[in-house]
Amino acid sequence: MRSNLKKKIINSNEFRSLVKKKSLVSWVLSAITLLTYFSFILLVAFFPEILGIKISKNSVITIGIPIGVSIIILAFISTGIYVLIANKEFDQKEKKILKKIK
Amino acid sequence: MINYPAITMFLIFVFATLVITFWASKKTKSRSHFYAAGGKVTSMQNGLAIAGDYMSAASFLGISGLVYLSGYDGLIYSIGFLVGWPIILFLLAERLRNLGDYTFADAAAHRLDQTKIRCLAALGSLITVALYLIAQMVGAGKLIQLLFGLPYELAVIIVGVLMIMYVSFGGMLATTWVQIIKAVLLLSGATFMTIAVMWNVDFNFEILFQKAINVHPKNFKIMQPGGLVSDPVSAISLGIALMFGTAGLPHILMRFFTVKNAKDARKSVFFATGFIGYFYILTFIIGFGAIMLISTNPKFLNTEGGLLGGNNMAAIHLASAIGGDMFLGFISAVAFATILAVVSGLTLAGASAVSHDLYASVIKKGVVEEKDELLVSRLSAVTLGCIAIFLGIIFEKQNVAFMVGLAFAVAASANFPILFLSMYWKRLTSQGALIGGGAGLFIATILVILGPAVWVDIFGNEKAIFPYKYPALFSVTTAFIFTWFFSKIDKSKKSQKEINKFDNQLLRSQIGMK
Repeated sequence: MRSNLKKKIINSNEFRSLVKKKSLVSWVLSAITLLTYFSFILLVAFFPEILGIKISKNSVITIGIPIGVSIIILAFISTGIYVLIANKEFDQKEKKILKKIK
Repeated sequence: MINYPAITMFLIFVFATLVITFWASKKTKSRSHFYAAGGKVTSMQNGLAIAGDYMSAASFLGISGLVYLSGYDGLIYSIGFLVGWPIILFLLAERLRNLGDYTFADAAAHRLDQTKIRCLAALGSLITVALYLIAQMVGAGKLIQLLFGLPYELAVIIVGVLMIMYVSFGGMLATTWVQIIKAVLLLSGATFMTIAVMWNVDFNFEILFQKAINVHPKNFKIMQPGGLVSDPVSAISLGIALMFGTAGLPHILMRFFTVKNAKDARKSVFFATGFIGYFYILTFIIGFGAIMLISTNPKFLNTEGGLLGGNNMAAIHLASAIGGDMFLGFISAVAFATILAVVSGLTLAGASAVSHDLYASVIKKGVVEEKDELLVSRLSAVTLGCIAIFLGIIFEKQNVAFMVGLAFAVAASANFPILFLSMYWKRLTSQGALIGGGAGLFIATILVILGPAVWVDIFGNEKAIFPYKYPALFSVTTAFIFTWFFSKIDKSKKSQKEINKFDNQLLRSQIGMK
């Protein structure tokens, strides 16, 4: 009985579209994170002098510093975006599926 | 020289945590309490505790020391340590929470052969924990010797005995609260230091960097990448180790089982990433503050012009420079508390791998009395603690710098691939996971031994057989290829059954339906 029910949910459109949406969001955000990080790392390895360019003539601050700090902030923001989407979208769909069973 | 304010503040911390441990021990009556604090930790508390687990003394003192030594390079390290977190959130946290109860092996072995996968996961966990623990113990002994004026052996024994008490009496509940208190103390201390540094330069970054450039021997070079990662292979390899290593640390993964459900697991990573990111930005400013305020002050320098106690003492000396003996005492006590909290988390993860994965699941095949399993986990915590004290004392004079790197490499090459593939790749079979994870573990270990960190720095050979310091690029790739290949050629009936179970596992991992 239980296994039949499980099969039914697994094959249902609601469940499939939820899985699809979830993995789309997860992979897109992961790809952005990985891409940002590895571009930065490759910049460090191949062109460190680019990160040493000053942000303006009268400044001693190099662009590497705002870039580095932005990556940290971006990492935090991306987790926030994920939580927002998941709380709003995924949890409701999940509830719907679980409600249907009952 | 004995540092009284530091010892007083540390004693207050120890007293408070022992009271909590006593309270926690009254509540810790079941497996679920011991391993997962009854699943009743809130997402905010767990976020702080994860941050507490992750912000070790090594990252506080080590990264601010690295900034002090070479400026910008410290930031590169911090970024690498942080970006693993979004990945954990997007790909692992929720599924892990839905599939497992106490250890990450619960999730990895969900549809696979319990005996094989649990053994592999337990081995990976124990190796990671042991390496990390030894590195922390040795660091702790030396730091405490320096800060508090206590003998090395005594310092290691104090740390060991306290962590055994927290873990064996108070389980996850006590460990979590020790982490939370420590995280709050560390974040407040670092915030105060940062404000003091910025107050010195009228809250103007231009002046801070200018002053640092003026006094630093490398001058303007501290504002750009230096020699930390010079060739692309090392750069990518380090990146992979930090990213996927974080996602394979057993004491970190275990924290996801302390919250109620997948939603709270998700929120805890959000909070944790915020705290950790904030902390790394502070460390960067603290490092530059140290260059500006202490690198020219003879009070903190030895006769050769280096920092007393080494570069890792930059943050500690800065505390003394800006806040006198009282604040120095506070930061020293926080550093001690930090070590204690991290080793407790590690010991708990190691003990759980022994009692839950090896004893309950492999030896007893899942048929076990709750009180027996609890007893085994407590005994394992005591045993692990004693081994850690013993190894900590033996390794006093050894160079343990490679150990944390190796711990990350093993976590990235053995724990992460099997956990990740068990959730994401339907065709994964027990045979593939066992051979692939085993290969990752083996290759990571061999390459670290043949690499510069052990072959040259410890064995004293002239040239390393394996030229790169970070093996993760090679060992993680090996693990994935072997897992893929040996899963593909596995046509047995048993494996077909494992593959067929994937859909049900997916259902549970997605919406938590059992």
